[in-house]
Amino acid sequence: MTVQDKNAKAYWQANLRLIIGSLIIWALVSYGFGILFRPLLAGIAVGGTDLGFWFAQQGSIITFIILIFFYAWKMNKLDKEFGLDEE
Amino acid sequence: MSQFAINMIFVCGSFALYIAIAIWARAGSTKEFYVAGGGVHPVMNGMATAADWMSAASFISMAGLISVGGYANSTYLMGWTGGYVLLAMLLAPYLRKFGKFTVPDFIGDRFYSSGARLVAVACLIIASVTYVIGQMTGAGVAFSRFLEVSSDAGLIIAAIIVFMYAVLGGMKGITYTQVAQYVVLIVAYTIPAVFISLQLTDTFLPPLGLFSDHVQSGVPLLQKLDEVVRELGFVDYTADVDNKLNMVLFTLSLMIGTAGLPHVIIRFFTVPKVADARWSAGWALVFIAILYLTAPAVASMARLNLMTTIFPNGPTADAIKYEDRPEWIKSWEKTKLIKFDDLNGDGRIQLYNHTPAFEAKATERGWKGNELTVNNDILVLANPEIANLPSWVIGLIAAGGLAAALSTAAGLLLAISSAVSHDLIKGTINPNITEKQELRYARISMGVAIVVATWLGMNPPGFAAQTVALAFGIAAASIFPALMMGIFSKRVNSKGAISGMLSGLIFTCVYIFLYLGWFFIPGTASFENIPANWIFGISPLSIGAVGALINFLVAFGVSSVTEQPPQAIQDLVESVRFPRGAGTAVDH
Repeated sequence: MTVQDKNAKAYWQANLRLIIGSLIIWALVSYGFGILFRPLLAGIAVGGTDLGFWFAQQGSIITFIILIFFYAWKMNKLDKEFGLDEE
Repeated sequence: MSQFAINMIFVCGSFALYIAIAIWARAGSTKEFYVAGGGVHPVMNGMATAADWMSAASFISMAGLISVGGYANSTYLMGWTGGYVLLAMLLAPYLRKFGKFTVPDFIGDRFYSSGARLVAVACLIIASVTYVIGQMTGAGVAFSRFLEVSSDAGLIIAAIIVFMYAVLGGMKGITYTQVAQYVVLIVAYTIPAVFISLQLTDTFLPPLGLFSDHVQSGVPLLQKLDEVVRELGFVDYTADVDNKLNMVLFTLSLMIGTAGLPHVIIRFFTVPKVADARWSAGWALVFIAILYLTAPAVASMARLNLMTTIFPNGPTADAIKYEDRPEWIKSWEKTKLIKFDDLNGDGRIQLYNHTPAFEAKATERGWKGNELTVNNDILVLANPEIANLPSWVIGLIAAGGLAAALSTAAGLLLAISSAVSHDLIKGTINPNITEKQELRYARISMGVAIVVATWLGMNPPGFAAQTVALAFGIAAASIFPALMMGIFSKRVNSKGAISGMLSGLIFTCVYIFLYLGWFFIPGTASFENIPANWIFGISPLSIGAVGALINFLVAFGVSSVTEQPPQAIQDLVESVRFPRGAGTAVDH
């Protein structure tokens, strides 16, 4: 395996780690807090209802935006670090 | 000036704006006409993607469904935004690196087979036609109100205008027209919401208003709403749902469907750089989120306003007299989307949930059944009228609703026609046809698609957003898994991909057709579409997620017992994973 191949492999592994981490948060805020764990969050009141309702109707959407921007920033940085960016 | 004249001014004015921009941009550059977004800043591209993406389903229909379903229909909010996370991380950058224009192009090349390409075309057409049915339903509602005709007549007028709009074609490709459409759409959606939020909660931002106190009663808005609907026999607005499996699968189905829809993916093929594809997905979601964070506020406030209109002195007092009904009910009655039937003959409008549990209370109050049927899809359009907002706001929302429905419907028709003429006829059946013939096939397929969609739209399989959700299920089960495996696995081969796509597609379609009619033809459903009949409580709207799982399993299973993909294909997969060396997107 050449140095270049190793570099490419490390880049791809770093990308996969980042994706898996992000998708865990993605699933946690929507399927977790918004749906499945809502009964567990029922005690936390938010404006006439509970935290689970907030995550289902607002919190998850806000988290998704933050996740995408974080991923784009991190990956564009990784592209440069591994010398795999365009130009 | 009459409301009709004001609507006319807003609708015609917005159309004149789009056409003017189209002409101006066209004169500027003909290349832009084809390469939408080439050289366009990610923020602009994000805005154009948002306009492309938000259709009648998001604009007209979704808040209505949330309004009726409450918490249970949060699935639409999470599902139609969460897909962008998948798009940004799992598809967009790699497909951009691959650098061709269409989804069947990628699937055909990656799985080195014209069979795979053909199956991808079939999936694309089935998903898109279903999607157009939903758009036509929504556009029909908007036109019927705006022209004050019945909803069927509105649908036919909408079909004619969509067809003309799509044949003009260039409208679609020009990013700046879409930016203008986005601005019209979002202004039209948020202004009434701000007014209503101020009226009900004294809060300027509707998303904050949703969780604020109701001015009149002093209790939180959602608590007040729960109390009112409970009194009338409905389920609490914020009530949790029992069938969590179905809720999870429905959300998942919408998310992976978003990432599998060809007309959304296509926008990421044409951004200048791989890095921009990632940013573009983020910006698109920001612009989409402005509507999606407003929608739940619109939903809850409209529900409360509707109840207050019908029961001006609270739900425990008498309902409003039919002869005293407000103007908006009268004008929507003309479209037949609101129907009143005085079951107990007292001349009042009783709007409540007639269930066995409520029977005793209904008898006590002398009610013999729910008397007002309100079509969910009218809620957003009627919302400013319900809240007594000035007539220019009503005109504005008519323009916004039409912009949303028309832009997406026209875009989908273009996607269908290019799939037929470019991918199917030129790419597979007869590569030697002339450009002129290709164009003719494109027009014919557009015409056929709109006729089919209009006919099925007369008796749609659901409300606009539900029909669109079915399209997402189909895209989720067929296209998304093939794209994802094409990027993240070097082992999946053409046999695996084809059998995976076919099993996902067929499984999902059959399940949907069983409950909603074969090929959506009214009256052909094998089972009544009620929860008791669903297998494991999974609704036809949610089945796409199961279809996607089947697609993955079959593809991996078949691939593991058949040959490795050729080395050249494995190198192709390797190359899409790294941004270095991405040229500009090319047609071929």
